[in-house]
Amino acid sequence: MMADTTVPADGVDRRDFINIAAVSAAGVGGLAVVFPLISQMAPSADVLAESTTELDVSAIEPGQSIKAVFRKQPLFVKRLAPQEIAAANAVDASSLRDPQTLAERTKEGHGDILVTMGVCTHLGCVPLGAVEGENKGEFDGYFCPCHGSHYDTAGRIRKGPAPTNLEVPDYEFTSDTTITVG
Amino acid sequence: MSFPWAKEYKPANDFTKWVDEKLPLPRLVYNAVGAGYPVPRNLNYMWNFGVLAGFCLVLQIITGVVLAMHYAANAEVAFATTEHIMRNVNWGWMMRYMHANGASFFFLALYIHIFRGFFYSSYKAPREMIWLLGVVIFLLTMATAFMGYVLPWGQMSFWGAKVITGLFGAIPLVGEPLQIWLVGGFAPDNAALNRFFSLHFLLPFVIAGVVILHIWALHIPGSSNPTGVEVKQESDTVPFHPYYTAKDGFGLGVFLILYAAFVFFLPNLLGHADNYIEANPLATPAHIVPEWYFYPFYAILRAFTFDFVLSAKLWGVLAMFSSILLWFLLPWLDRSPVRSGHYRPLFRKFFWFGLIPCMAVLFVCGGAPAEEPYVMLSQIATAYYFIHFLVIIPIVSSIEKPEPLPYSITEAVLGSDKDAVLGENTTPAT
Ligand code: HEM
Ligand code: FES
Repeated sequence: MMADTTVPADGVDRRDFINIAAVSAAGVGGLAVVFPLISQMAPSADVLAESTTELDVSAIEPGQSIKAVFRKQPLFVKRLAPQEIAAANAVDASSLRDPQTLAERTKEGHGDILVTMGVCTHLGCVPLGAVEGENKGEFDGYFCPCHGSHYDTAGRIRKGPAPTNLEVPDYEFTSDTTITVG
Repeated sequence: MSFPWAKEYKPANDFTKWVDEKLPLPRLVYNAVGAGYPVPRNLNYMWNFGVLAGFCLVLQIITGVVLAMHYAANAEVAFATTEHIMRNVNWGWMMRYMHANGASFFFLALYIHIFRGFFYSSYKAPREMIWLLGVVIFLLTMATAFMGYVLPWGQMSFWGAKVITGLFGAIPLVGEPLQIWLVGGFAPDNAALNRFFSLHFLLPFVIAGVVILHIWALHIPGSSNPTGVEVKQESDTVPFHPYYTAKDGFGLGVFLILYAAFVFFLPNLLGHADNYIEANPLATPAHIVPEWYFYPFYAILRAFTFDFVLSAKLWGVLAMFSSILLWFLLPWLDRSPVRSGHYRPLFRKFFWFGLIPCMAVLFVCGGAPAEEPYVMLSQIATAYYFIHFLVIIPIVSSIEKPEPLPYSITEAVLGSDKDAVLGENTTPAT
């Protein structure tokens, strides 16, 4: 009993130690509970499992695009016509908002296949232009009607509020005619 | 709490006496909204909207609980169960129209309530805490309504969810992971729909809790009034019941007539036809707009079209959130000792010819396509909005010469107050 009430010379007594130990243990315990509570909101295993898509690109004619689905979001695959490639290469990439050349946005040996997400980098609408007859915007690529973003033939932002080029997802050619996205 | 002349609760019989001893709940009600709560005698109908907003909250909770009995939050069937409510469930159409239009009327009441606060400077000492809690309620209600609108899983639901969660992607570094975490996937889907339903069910009860704090804080100084002169004596007040139960009840009747007209005759006027098309992640509707009550803030979001140090997108997001958050600072931005706009000539002009037209322009632009002249107009109005609160209000409050205030509420109402003769009372008192 005496030991509990007399404060030692350094000012720290047994009770201080017990206090700090108890509060720290409760704090660590609390954090251990908070982590799962936060983590449960991240994409679940089945959502992550949906994350690759395989596509055959052989049937796409020059100048044509197809709209596919990747991670439940639209994906544009376009075979560029020679004049579209020429138009994309005619601009000085360093003058663009998000400087990238067409070559940097395509795979070597497949310079005419442009794979991008069909998700406007402004606030996520689906741009027009992948379907025959849709408005392709002032730069003949894609046009987002939501707030007026214009993308060029390489899917680069040229005018409007979008901050970056249409995203090129991770993908690779698994054969000459098929790609695997994701 | 309350004034010394407040009537005391007297249990009428042995039973109520017994209850009062064990749990003085009837006493609490009597002192809060009964004859035991003295209220300024001169309140006009602008003071009706707090009660109306509270009524709307109850209405939303009742109709919402009913809808939740028939609705399923799964992306496969959510749209179908909403249609099931409309077609198969007995009175389901009425419950849904009451809930959807109830949200609109809730915001109508809140906007009038808030702008009442702006005009009469209800946010000033000693009522800062009431105001701060009110802003919290407004933010929570906006979040609740946004998530509720996602539930029917129509095209506007889906694309609204996508655009609004996309806002978080504008935050540097953590933006994209944060956005994916919020929606539980790469785009809104089942995970997002489910968590929105869970929160949409929960938040109204959180709001109800904050409303109780709001009213608790209100009952410490009591209501302000159109003169802004504080209550001085018993003749300045009347008991809440029966005077304001009757007045608020009449206002509620008028409000309900208007509400019923919408529910029964114009149920879809405030909605968007696109929301009767099931969500399609691969096709965006031609013209995405939020519900009308978000228009002014949506206009602020879209007003930023140029990069300046930060990206245009980030500016838009910051401006939209700060346009409401800055209301938290209002009690300290406005330093005038006079509350009511009736006695503040310059402040009043900026209110009617500055803030109100500015909000009207933002409202129109928020619902319009992102084209000229709307883009330019929303830029001008956004600039004015921030200048109004951050520059004009502080400057006006320090240079303005207020008009003479009445001595008391009694004098303002009756033309004279016998106590007023004693002193020189035309100086601006508070
Ligand atoms: C702050 C109060 C509330 C607001 C502002 C609000 C707002 C909304 C809105 C705007 C909608 C979309 C209406 C439509 O287009 O059909 C909605 C739907 C829904 N709400 Fe609420 N709500 C509130 C409280 C509640 C509560 C308390 C519940 C349940 C306990 C609830 C359950 C539902 C359900 C099940 C739906 C989907 C059915 C439908 O779309 O009609 N709500 N809410
Ligand atoms: S979402 Fe495409 S321009 Fe805004």
